[in-house]
Amino acid sequence: MAAIYSLYIINKSGGLIFCKDYGSAGKMDTNDSLRLASLWHSMHAISQQLSPVNGCAGIELLQADTFDLHCFQSLTGTKFFVVCEPGTLHMEFLLKYIYELYTDYVLKNPFYEMEMPIRCELFDINLSQAVQKDRVALLGR
Amino acid sequence: MQFFGGSEISPSPPPPTVSGNNAHMLYVFNRNGVCLLYREWNRPLKTLNPQQDHKLMFGLLFSLKSLTAKMDPTSTEKGNLGVPQLPGQGCSFHSFRTNTYKLSFMESPSGIKIILVTHPRTGDLRESLKYIYNLYVEYVVKNPLYSPGAPIKCELFNSTLDQYVRGVG
Repeated sequence: MAAIYSLYIINKSGGLIFCKDYGSAGKMDTNDSLRLASLWHSMHAISQQLSPVNGCAGIELLQADTFDLHCFQSLTGTKFFVVCEPGTLHMEFLLKYIYELYTDYVLKNPFYEMEMPIRCELFDINLSQAVQKDRVALLGR
Repeated sequence: MQFFGGSEISPSPPPPTVSGNNAHMLYVFNRNGVCLLYREWNRPLKTLNPQQDHKLMFGLLFSLKSLTAKMDPTSTEKGNLGVPQLPGQGCSFHSFRTNTYKLSFMESPSGIKIILVTHPRTGDLRESLKYIYNLYVEYVVKNPLYSPGAPIKCELFNSTLDQYVRGVG
């Protein structure tokens, strides 16, 4: 599972509600993940302000030297982003699928409080299946 | 007269990726965040005054660089978030894409930042940015009347740049 390094979910006010690491080098502590999440939230907002034309919805793909970051924002403002190897395909499908899992296993869970950190076992199980390499390729079809 | 023969970076202009003028604007910043050059070709939407726009752009690049340096999943030594880094240090980025534009970014070892904003479906512009940097070196740095750190006012540079960008992205 080297293709995907990590997954983050940010609520509409920039707070980190879910973070999962799939094997990046060097552990990131919780404080740093929280800071990165809120930093990404603001960069996403600033990129909309700098758009030369109307109707900008923020960064979808950031290409760094050693990784790609794909971001998907739902209509309610929740942001999902994956950090993966440069040039990994079908990430937008994976993000849509993760969004589906989120609506099914998190939002429909009566014990889940909105905008709070996600602790749902079923979501974790289904997520780890979706992120497996061969499954991601299937999503692209 | 051979201008680009002796340079190592991109000896000949790379072929244009898409035909037609898709470029929106171009920024050149020096390492202190001073905007040396701002050119715009097609920008219908202006939300801020020019000065604030340049500041916001530089701030965005600075913060995105610290974000990528901290997030880099391949290195174990990442340092602290928000600590300024020297050019070439840490993991940087070369472009990002939104649904309305694509921003390509290059930083030279001396800290000159070149930013080109184009149509979202343009391809990889790294070579084009290197070529623009090369133009900057030839027409601006080698101009004896130009003092480093001052805004660029070289007519020849601007016209060559316009001509080149028209063919790119």
